Amino acid sequence: MSSLVDPFVLSILVLNFLLLGTSRISAAIQGSALQGVALGILLVLIHGDPAPRPVIVGVVAIFIKGALIPGMLRRALRDAALRREVEPLVSYLTSLLLGAAATGAAIWFASTLPVAPAHALLVPCSFATILTGFILLTTRRKAITQVVGYLVLENGVFAFGLTLHEVMPFLVELGVLLDLLVGIFVFGLVINAIRRELSSLDVTELDKLRD
Amino acid sequence: MLTILLFAIPLAFAALVAVSRDRRRRVQLVPFAAFVHLALTAYVTITDAETRTLAGWLELDAFGRLVLPLLSVLFFACSLYLPSYLALRPNRPNRMFCASMLVFLAMMTLITESQHLGVMWVALEMNTLASAPLLIFDRNSRSVEATWKYIMIGGVGIALALLGSFFLAYAQLASGHASLLFGDLVRFAPLMSRPWLEIAFVLLFVGYGTKMGLAPMHSWKPDAYGEAPGLVGALLAGGLTTCAFLALLRFYHINDAAGEGEFARNLMIVIGLVSMAVGAAFMIRQRDIKRMLAYSSVEHMGILVLGIGIGGLATYGALLHLINNALTKGVLFIAAANIHRAYGSKHVDVVTGAWRKVPVSGALFLAGFFAVTATPPFAPFISELAIVRGMFETGRYTIAAVFLGLIFIVFLGMGQTVLEVVQGTPPTDVPDTGYRDRLGTVGPALLLLALIVLLGVYIPADLDAMVHAAADVLGKT
Repeated sequence: MSSLVDPFVLSILVLNFLLLGTSRISAAIQGSALQGVALGILLVLIHGDPAPRPVIVGVVAIFIKGALIPGMLRRALRDAALRREVEPLVSYLTSLLLGAAATGAAIWFASTLPVAPAHALLVPCSFATILTGFILLTTRRKAITQVVGYLVLENGVFAFGLTLHEVMPFLVELGVLLDLLVGIFVFGLVINAIRRELSSLDVTELDKLRD
Repeated sequence: MLTILLFAIPLAFAALVAVSRDRRRRVQLVPFAAFVHLALTAYVTITDAETRTLAGWLELDAFGRLVLPLLSVLFFACSLYLPSYLALRPNRPNRMFCASMLVFLAMMTLITESQHLGVMWVALEMNTLASAPLLIFDRNSRSVEATWKYIMIGGVGIALALLGSFFLAYAQLASGHASLLFGDLVRFAPLMSRPWLEIAFVLLFVGYGTKMGLAPMHSWKPDAYGEAPGLVGALLAGGLTTCAFLALLRFYHINDAAGEGEFARNLMIVIGLVSMAVGAAFMIRQRDIKRMLAYSSVEHMGILVLGIGIGGLATYGALLHLINNALTKGVLFIAAANIHRAYGSKHVDVVTGAWRKVPVSGALFLAGFFAVTATPPFAPFISELAIVRGMFETGRYTIAAVFLGLIFIVFLGMGQTVLEVVQGTPPTDVPDTGYRDRLGTVGPALLLLALIVLLGVYIPADLDAMVHAAADVLGKT
């Protein structure tokens, strides 16, 4: 395993806090995209010997997570002509504190599980990223920023998958497929429909259905 | 070959529908494809044909053999309803809708057949994708909201299910094996890492439980079922939730084989009762008939996992109830769709006197209500009775009392709304929508109701054997 692995894992953790603290939607999109790129590089680095399969999967992951989906998000952001600020439901400070607590909880939780020494950093990082995704998903009010939260959650799941890629590559590669859920349907279909129907992308307006 | 054809044929028809230029041709292709699927399923079921294929990645196991015929029958009934329903909605585009229905069928079939952890997950994800166009059919702000919630909550559920699958794979590393086939996972289960196995089951339970719509992961359900066309409600409440339950059964089987069954069963008992209670609470004075059915679905998903959690005879009861619930939901959602079309509303404030306005749909709705609340002679009575007997056999008297109490509350709560819908006189100030009961709109529901009555008075020996075979996999019936 390359000595470059740890810095890349740490960069994912740092990006979590950047995502929680930024007030600009475009920066949040950029943050999730950079996480995707870091994950794609990690996929290649984690394999001891350079083999074609991890390189191909890594490149595909970087393309989808780092270019394709962020590109679609930026286009939706431009077309929707909405305010470029995140407008979270809680303050940025609260978001960051929640993120810090989540990271602490992730490290503690990973320490209670039998983790192989090689994955000692990756597993807590994965848990922390998943929890960050949850925080973003639940405390952001625009459809686009909720999607960013979902992407971060996915990045966390994918990060855990990296521990398995050498043994069960097929299962992990499915994680890339998960992006298609967001990519094709959420964008092609729902975001456009929200824009047409509500003329904004504020999901707090999606509150008509209740008992 | 047959195994592949079963899901490849609906996919091929979906492609055909997607490229067809003729609106009426597209609609006719769906029942045709459904019929071919039903015929093929019947052949595989009756001849007990060999289904193992692709190195064991696909095979109809005891669970699949039980669930696939059910899904095929339910989908066939829905497809018969489709032409009449779309004729009532002439101004809505139907290309995406018809194609998505067939992809939905293909993916449900693939879930029943998949013996590989990853394949099953992909099929469920694709199933979720295919249901988005079905949900957003009306393209108004309400259906957009429902679809958004469905995609976001369902998407998180699917992501957690993938994470749970990763955890299960990680747990297996301790055993020195690396297979993702369910048969192997069950065999190597005793060697797996216990902490990872437990947390994997929790995540898989939450993930697939979200797709099932178990409380407290059910919040997408009333919105989705409330806004989707009735036949989509039938497909989701009878089909998708059934598939997600099937997935849960397979993971429970692995955990049980590892000696962690007690933990899983307790989790299922608690969540089962919570789901029943949430369903019951929200059905009381529910003014929206489709949302009411959604909460009924939450309740019955609770009954299913509760039955598995109790074990023994209740396992048999739960598996039988899986069939009965799906068929009953088909009747109820089709009847509700007809009533919705007849009144142009699904609120009890407007919808009264269905008995007079749409006699057959009103009667179907009433019969469906009695069936879903487990009144004899309808089939759910038999299956819920088996679950209760299972509780008594294992000495779970308190759980049995809570179970019966909740069923009684549901009967009263749901009954109040249903009687308001059926009885009385139709409102005079509502414009006539032009809807009349016809063979095309009530026939499919009558077909399903006939099956429910039949299964209520007589369970064919072959079906009984299939339910027992599936229950025996989970041990001790």
